[in-house]
Amino acid sequence: MCGIVGLHLKKRSWDGRLGELLTPMLTALTLRGPDSAGIALYADDGPDGPLKYSLRAVTDLDWSGLASRLEAGLGEPVTVSRQVGRFATLMSRARAEEFLYRLHADASGVVMVGHGHAIEVFKDVGSPEEIVGRYGIGQAEGYQGIGHTRLATESAVTTEHSHPFTPAADLGLVHNGSFSNYASLRRRLQDAGVTFDTDNDSEVAARFVADRLRRGDDLGDALRMVLKEFDGFYTLLVSTAEQFAVVRDAFACKPLVVAETPDYVAVASEYHALATLPGVESATVFEPQPEELHVWSR
Amino acid sequence: MVTLSCRSTSTREINETLRQLPPGSEVVITDPMGTHNLAVGLMQPIIITIDGNAGYYIGGLCDGPSITVKGSVGWGVAENLMSGTVRVEGNASEAAAASAHGGRVFVNGDASSRAGISLKGGTLVVGGDVGHMSGFMAQAGTLLVGGDAGEALGDSLYEAVIYVGGKVRCLGADTRVKDLNDADVLGVKELVAASGFDGIDPQNVTKVASAKTLYNFDALKNQSY
Repeated sequence: MCGIVGLHLKKRSWDGRLGELLTPMLTALTLRGPDSAGIALYADDGPDGPLKYSLRAVTDLDWSGLASRLEAGLGEPVTVSRQVGRFATLMSRARAEEFLYRLHADASGVVMVGHGHAIEVFKDVGSPEEIVGRYGIGQAEGYQGIGHTRLATESAVTTEHSHPFTPAADLGLVHNGSFSNYASLRRRLQDAGVTFDTDNDSEVAARFVADRLRRGDDLGDALRMVLKEFDGFYTLLVSTAEQFAVVRDAFACKPLVVAETPDYVAVASEYHALATLPGVESATVFEPQPEELHVWSR
Repeated sequence: MVTLSCRSTSTREINETLRQLPPGSEVVITDPMGTHNLAVGLMQPIIITIDGNAGYYIGGLCDGPSITVKGSVGWGVAENLMSGTVRVEGNASEAAAASAHGGRVFVNGDASSRAGISLKGGTLVVGGDVGHMSGFMAQAGTLLVGGDAGEALGDSLYEAVIYVGGKVRCLGADTRVKDLNDADVLGVKELVAASGFDGIDPQNVTKVASAKTLYNFDALKNQSY
């Protein structure tokens, strides 16, 4: 069992409330996933803004020192925009490939959790309430967010194994369920040159979607291919800088409730996670049908 | 009249209070906010109104009460009901009346996948549509659907009988459409009266029952079981 939540705001005037609205949605699903939690937030700095790198250090680290070393190597400013213990967000206008090369070469034991122009990713082991508190999610602003509460069934309980999985710029995926043919799909992707960080089944779906997007599919096409290729039980919530999508497998035994109003689209594994949203009493509330795909675009 | 609010009372406290009420008591549960497991395991005929959308397993394992939900419910409403009635004024999510041994469950709106799964003698009446795999492995009892039924209706059905007022997307394994007889029409008429789903024409429903190619009890032929 796991819990998934997502909120896609349709009006810019709501952006200031993203974290405030998403936080109770996530903590409401603690019983579905008490071992770890994660959240990806999208804020609108636009494609011309700097790239944001959500990073995690394996030991205590002087983040400003790392930023200075990267800045010297890149010849471009690198700033620390957020820092909580072993997690930090660094921002830079340098090319992503060059930034990641320098980060790797620095060998300071830093792992990238996510990157992009819009996305910032926070994930950790512990209860959802501890995690949203630790990273100050309640104060966060933005236009879209997805979250996950994890009860591990297929692989270990570590920060790396927790969701969201973010294998490409601005792509985030959260999964409730378990895939049955992920080992063969992983081998196929590995044969095509895709590399993996963990043995987690949901990472295979995330890298599969990233691979389809890289080949030119839009998110809807990529998820139709997931329906075709992946066996098992799954409800997926997948987001990019521009799109927000949900899909359920043919068995439809992993739940999802959608509530849509003129102001937002909100999704959650269980209705009580939506019950605190303003205006939900007059929202259009529905459950996606088996093998049904819903995509919302900005 | 007793009023209990989910905002100020835990689910366990609500169920403990309900359990101690004398037969005939009336109680309203307010602000359900999608709460799971409300009014479960009650053994006495009391009248409960849940004032809004509720969560999973509402009225589950009950033996006697009459429960009305003025909203929609999540998975497994009236699961394993023994007797009494549960009415949902909105929609029901998956596995409505799963494994119900007795009693009646009415859903005014739609019920999603696996409605009436493994029914064991209870009755489920849905005014709207039902989702895929409804009536899956139902052993005894009745499922009446006013609207349409999704894919694989009645898959692996045993002795339960399904009636559908609208269209059947497709039948599941080992089910077939059977002719309506007078007893069927009378039974459906009675359920239409009890549910108030007047849009259902008892003379004009599709009857679906087991084709009996996947199971048989030859050793018990002509015996009751």
